[in-house]
Amino acid sequence: MKPINRVEGRAIPFGQKNVDTDVIIPAKWLKTVSREGLGEGAFEAIRAQEGNIFDDPEYAGAKILIAGDNFGCGSSREHAAWALADLGITAVIAPSFSDIFSGNAFKNGLLAIAVPQAAVDRLMEVAKTDPITIDMESMSITTPFQDRFAFEMDPFRHQCLVEGLDEIDLTLAKSDAIERHEKRNDSAQPWLIPAAA
Amino acid sequence: MNQPKTLYEKIWDAHVVDQRDDGTALIYIDRHLVHEVTSPQAFEGLRKAGRKVRRPDLTLAVPDHNLPTTARLDAQGNKIPIADPQSAAQLEALEANAPAFGIKYIGASDINQGIVHVIGPEQGFTLPGTTMVCGDSHTAAHGALGALAFGIGTSEVEHVLATQTLQLTRSKTMEIRVEGDLGPGISPKDLILHIVGVLGTAGGTGHVIEYRGKVFEEMSIEGRLTVSNMSIEAGARAGLIAPDDKTFAYLEGRPMAPKGADWDAAVAYWKTLPTDAGAKFDKSVTIDAADVSPTVTWGTSPEDVVPVNGVVPAPDSFSDPSKQDAARKSLDYMGLEAGQALRDVSVENIFIGSCTNSRIEDLRAAAAILEGRKKADNVKWAIVVPGSGLVKAQAEAEGLDRIFTDAGFEWREPGCSACLGMNPDKVPAGERCASTSNRNFVGRQGPGARTHLMSPAMAAAAAVTGKLTDVRELTR
Repeated sequence: MKPINRVEGRAIPFGQKNVDTDVIIPAKWLKTVSREGLGEGAFEAIRAQEGNIFDDPEYAGAKILIAGDNFGCGSSREHAAWALADLGITAVIAPSFSDIFSGNAFKNGLLAIAVPQAAVDRLMEVAKTDPITIDMESMSITTPFQDRFAFEMDPFRHQCLVEGLDEIDLTLAKSDAIERHEKRNDSAQPWLIPAAA
Repeated sequence: MNQPKTLYEKIWDAHVVDQRDDGTALIYIDRHLVHEVTSPQAFEGLRKAGRKVRRPDLTLAVPDHNLPTTARLDAQGNKIPIADPQSAAQLEALEANAPAFGIKYIGASDINQGIVHVIGPEQGFTLPGTTMVCGDSHTAAHGALGALAFGIGTSEVEHVLATQTLQLTRSKTMEIRVEGDLGPGISPKDLILHIVGVLGTAGGTGHVIEYRGKVFEEMSIEGRLTVSNMSIEAGARAGLIAPDDKTFAYLEGRPMAPKGADWDAAVAYWKTLPTDAGAKFDKSVTIDAADVSPTVTWGTSPEDVVPVNGVVPAPDSFSDPSKQDAARKSLDYMGLEAGQALRDVSVENIFIGSCTNSRIEDLRAAAAILEGRKKADNVKWAIVVPGSGLVKAQAEAEGLDRIFTDAGFEWREPGCSACLGMNPDKVPAGERCASTSNRNFVGRQGPGARTHLMSPAMAAAAAVTGKLTDVRELTR
């Protein structure tokens, strides 16, 4: 994964709450065996409407999406993160995210940044006309108007994102500990291995 | 005396492989269910990196999501090809990936095939006290047996395949207690819809819910599976119900469950798991059983619930302006008006199935309403999709299939079917469906489809009258 230090650019002031992953990418797009090309199906129902914000030339090439509370609720489909990435989105800012979506976003180097509603409201306003900047080192979002909003992130995720670490490699480095756990199970709880059906 | 612990904390502590200073932990995963939709990219990732599956023996693969629910074999016993090339390719990928990586695979025409969350418990693959994952958010269902079970994305599927672990942060704990007894004709589905309505779709975010108290103790395992299944609809990644004698009786003798001395040792361990007296939860919610009616959804979020004898709420009745806006959009999409009685709403489609409600008790409850009755003329499409081949066989042995087909229902092969609009079973745009599934999102059952969630008995009652109906009127 590429290290991510800074995201700078226009943001789509979408703002909708409780955006579920069926809205982000409907199920018919899930029949793929690839991670690529899902941008075409992203927000399909919304983009079928004329004058929708995603196809507004004002926000062409936007890298950031601003949404309401509980973004990415519902299905566990990682296709939602892949679809956003394929649209060119590298960060989503919202007051809160569903647990599964924020995990999926992280695994794909898509920033899911939670800031309070008041900050989201202000960023929605700025986004209509100006770019915003997300800085991972200082963990803050800034605007050309001297706004500065700090955000928090799980330290492990933060480290993986800024250093571009592969999580599976990190875990495989702990193979000894995994093996110890398995050996303990084998002797204390041998029934954990499924009976051959 | 050790500090009292919750069920969740006991399972968590028993699975920590490595604890980091920042609070995250590497957690061992005892059980991994794999299906065709969220796994191809994970297997591809393993191949590219030259990695193998660490514990194929703890992994079980089965197709369910985009498998058509029509006949799978022709009269000569040959496979009937799948018309949609993309679905066929995804199903073929799983069929090839499972043996290539040494994983047990239950094929589409095997009697043990079914929805992942139905076959896990049914095969005895799901066990109390285990950690269990699947690339599907309704993995929460397995918490009904006291397993810490949750949905994961495809990158996590790959991580579990490669390492049999996940890097996780500890969740907060929430207990939900139901005071009093559920009234006659009130099902576990009504209860969980009511609970989701009380919590809201984000009410459980960051939490694992433990359902506690007499109502859940008295509930059957299948009812518990329905409840825990929809924990995710309240934003909770997992639900839990303490394992008890009912759980042990349900599991004993299942094909993949422990046998002999192993069984006895397992039960002895499982009995230590229930939450200790005095253990603290981060949040406690109490539900009054008397408030739970036969429940349906009116909108496009599972929190949009109302008693079937109620009316469609006015968007202005919500205090949150964004909820008002969402309600307006929902009513427009659903073709409903504020103040309209739900009982006046006619339905053209009936779907009885999904990982929430496709087990034998669900089919019995629906058949009890349909016996000797027929679907209304305005109901154009009514299907029953058993959760597994074993459920289907059991239902046929009890003659339930005949009750359904005599009432005008189609009797299908097991799969996810019309729950999610990615196989041929879809609800046409602009039409309504009385559905026993778990999500009423915009477009969930097909583009433009209007979903009303409810229990199997309520869906059967809607089939008979052709409109949303209080099932209790048909049982008196």
